[in-house]
Formats: sequence, structure tokens, C-alpha cells
Amino acid sequence: MSSAPATHDHPPREDEFTSERHVYEPHKIGLPPVAPYLRELWRRREFAREMSRTNLRAQHFNTVFGQLWLILNPLMLAGVYFVLVDILRSGSRGADFFAHLMAGLFAYYFVSDAVRLSVKSVTGGGRLILNTAFPRALLPLSGVLTSFMRFLPTIAIYVPVHLIAGLPIEPVLLWVLPLTALMVVLAAGAAMLVASLQVYFRDLKNFLPYLLRVWLYASPVLYYADEVPDRYDILLALNPLGGLLTAWSDVINQGRAPDASSLALASGWAFGIFLAGALFFMSREREFAVRL
Amino acid sequence: MGSEPRIRVEDVSVTYRTSLDASPTLRSTVLRLGRREKVVREIQALRDVSFEVPERQVLGVVGANGAGKSTLMRTVAGILPPNSGRVEVHGRVSTLLALGVGFNGKMTGRQNVVLGGLAAGLSREQLQEKYDEIVAFAELEEFMDMPMRTYSSGMYGRLAFAVAVTMEPEILLIDEALSVGDARFRKKSFRKMRQLCGEDRTIVLVTHALGSIKQLCDAAIWLHRGELRMWDEPDAVVDAYTEFLEVGEDAFTMEDV
Repeated sequence: MSSAPATHDHPPREDEFTSERHVYEPHKIGLPPVAPYLRELWRRREFAREMSRTNLRAQHFNTVFGQLWLILNPLMLAGVYFVLVDILRSGSRGADFFAHLMAGLFAYYFVSDAVRLSVKSVTGGGRLILNTAFPRALLPLSGVLTSFMRFLPTIAIYVPVHLIAGLPIEPVLLWVLPLTALMVVLAAGAAMLVASLQVYFRDLKNFLPYLLRVWLYASPVLYYADEVPDRYDILLALNPLGGLLTAWSDVINQGRAPDASSLALASGWAFGIFLAGALFFMSREREFAVRL
Repeated sequence: MGSEPRIRVEDVSVTYRTSLDASPTLRSTVLRLGRREKVVREIQALRDVSFEVPERQVLGVVGANGAGKSTLMRTVAGILPPNSGRVEVHGRVSTLLALGVGFNGKMTGRQNVVLGGLAAGLSREQLQEKYDEIVAFAELEEFMDMPMRTYSSGMYGRLAFAVAVTMEPEILLIDEALSVGDARFRKKSFRKMRQLCGEDRTIVLVTHALGSIKQLCDAAIWLHRGELRMWDEPDAVVDAYTEFLEVGEDAFTMEDV
């Protein structure tokens, strides 16, 4: 057995597990080599899936009352906000506005939950980060996956409201798919950003809830984007979710294709935040093991 | 032997910056900056370390606390890439650095094993195959579905040791793991180590138990303040290191000059 020549330079493909060749060198421009990084990330996607499954199970996602709570909670939230806005508007809001409010709230909560669930993903990954070599981006990304899994059942609650409000069902609704994809991109970027910032500023998790609440109020959820006075238009543009939720409501609630400006704004913010978050995360990743 | 070394470490230096606060906050950072204090400290953990580990060799690593032993292990495992130099590793690595499994106390032992394995790049099938063996070796059958925060530190250690040795790695990195569990488990893990050392494996072993370095290793290195002080036969290294510990650092550095 010892006489077998150990030429492991070119390991056979089908056996890549038993013979791997690793070279570790200084990172150029502070980033790990991107292509192998992405390859490893994809190869270990099962980890993100298992991680979010485990977390969902911990939240009783798989029990009747857990599911019921997932449905009741956003429904009650939408109800409370509807009454609030309706009182402020002296009772002028109808069922179509309730549908707008609900669709907006659910989309907003998908993104903000992804951020909320990811903020402690790196600092909470202690031993795993200290002792295992793997693409750390899996940790915040599994938070995004968890949030997405919680977003899916809310679609089922929305559909009857859409029908009761008498809103049209037309091909324009297909815009929902690319817009959801943009939300996933935005959520992933924001998740990586906060997860790495949390390593340096451990109090981020304490004031994050306030930031997220302000984010909700600055988004066209509790009101229509059209109703925003001109002098506050800048807020919509500066809000990473501004264009996206404007387009979201246009498509779902108004039954019209999103206009070019909100689409441009939505994709600009989504990809911008994604790039910023991913690059920042990857460039800081080496330090995580010594910063925990 | 004669073949290529399994691990080749060439002129590796590792520095890293770590914060002065145990848990840095925005508040404390702003306060420190306001007082013009330093926020981070740079640590030079390894300086131009070079050595090789041939196939099937067991290499012992000795050195005082803070000598860079754990950093060296993390660098070889690919967790902490070097700032200069190069590390080449041929083969699947399994690490038992300061006891790795059990990152999330809220999750059960089973979930921790599965998630740790998936993160390390094992497939679900491989984990399924080895799972019973891991549990049997750790002797934790009735505890696997309990959250890991209910485990004692000995149970943590047993599980981590079981995971690392059961995954049949070609290269095993072990940091201070021979001293886990009670006397009986320690004996069992020592036997397992001995068996692994006799098999077709390359092992790097960090321990303060100098006796086991003499018994288990084929070669040893001694790290002192991030530098490679010695790379020789285990007996020679252990004797020199023991002498260093007895004589004390001052006398030794005097002699060195």
C-alpha cells in the first residue's frame, strides 16, 4: 500500500474529495480569488439550505400553529396599519388600498427580515468560522433564504385580498417575477453588508430595528408613491426600496407596467448594494476568524 | 516516502489586526477615536516559517502560549490565508482546531454535526454514512437530539474529536485535542490517534503533552514568538524545548546571542 506512487497532481475528477490540492497565498487586492470562491459557494449551497431549514424548524415553521402565526402576524400587521392610515386619512381608504398596503408590507418584510436574520450570522457563527475553511458568505445568504421561505406563504394570503378588492389579473402581473428577483439581490447585498459590519460594530444589532422601522416609513407602503409631495421625492430616490416598491405597487395594484425611472432606480440600488455588500464582505472575510 | 510533501509551508508570514475591545462597538470606536486612542492592534503571529510534512508523517508542534501554533494550524487549514509566502496542501484536510463542532448551542448535536460537515464540504450522503460511527465513537447516543448548550465541555470535546477522526481525512490537524473527556475517553482517543498515526495519514499535532509528541510523532517543530526555532527529530526538539522551559527565557536568549 505504501509503494503506490503518490502522484496527486492531477486527481481523477470523480474522486475529487479524497485528493484535493490547495494552495493558500496572500490575497491580491484584498479579495480571495473570486472564481474559486464562487465555485466553493455553489458547491456548498446545501449548507445554506440546511441552515435555513434548521432555523425555520426552530421557529416551528413546520407545525400548524407556526404556519398559522406566519399568516396571522402579517395579516394583523396589515390590519393595524390600515386602520392607522385610514384614520389619518379620515376614512377615505378602500379595499384596493388595503391590497396595496399588504403587498407592500410583505415585500418590505421579506427584505427587512433577511437583514434582521443575517446581522448576527457571522458573529454567531463562532466555532464554525474559527475552525472551518468555507465561503463565509453562506451564513448571511442562508438568512436571505430563510426570509424568502417565510415570504412565500404570504403570497397565498395576498391572493384572496387581491380578488376581493376586485383588482385585475393580467399578464402585466408577470412583472412580479423580475421585481422579486431584484428584491432577492437587494436583500442578499444588504444582508452581507450588515453581517460584516456587525463584526466591527457589535452594537449595530441594537439600533438596526430603528433603522428598519424608519426604512418602512420612508417606503411607499403606507401610502402610494404618487401621493408623495414633490419636495419629498428625493426620499424615494435615496431609499433603496423606493423605486422597487413603487414598481411593485404599479404592477400589482395599478395593473400597469412599471415606468422606466422606477425600474432604473430599483435595479441601480439592488445591484449597487449587492456589489458593495459582496465586495465588502469578501474583502473582510479573512479577518473574521481573528475578530470573533 | 520520497514523493512530494503533503504539506509545504514556504516563508509564511501572518499578521492580523484585531480590535482592542473584546466586543467592539460603534460607540467605543467613536470614543476611542475621539480620544485619539488606537482602535486596533496589529499582531505578527508568524514570521517566515518554512517546513514540510511528507506523506504519512506525524509532525508535532510545540511552543509556549502565543507562539503562533494555532495561527499556523489555521493557515494550513486555509482559514487564515498568509500575508506573504505560500502554503501548499495535497489532500483532504480535516481540522480539529481548538474543537470545532458545536458552533451553535441552540441547535442539537445532530444539527451541529450535519451543518459543520456540510460547511466543510462533505456531501449529505457522506455524512449519513459516517453519522452512526461518529455518535458511537463519541458515546453520545442519547444526547444527539439535545441542544448543544446542555452538553458538558467534555461531551463537546468528544463529539468534535469523533467528527474529525471519523471523516477519514488524509491530513488531520489536531490542536490540543488529546486532553478531552475523562480518563477513559482520553485513553480511547490516544489509541485512536495511535491507530491513525500508523495508517496512511499525515498528521499535524499541536499539544503541550510533550510525552505524546515523543510517542506519536516522527518529527517536530518548535515555534517561538512566531518564528521557527527548531525542526528536528521529536526527541531532540522536546529536549531542547524542555531545557528552554526550565532554564527560563532570559538565560536562553542570552545564550542565543
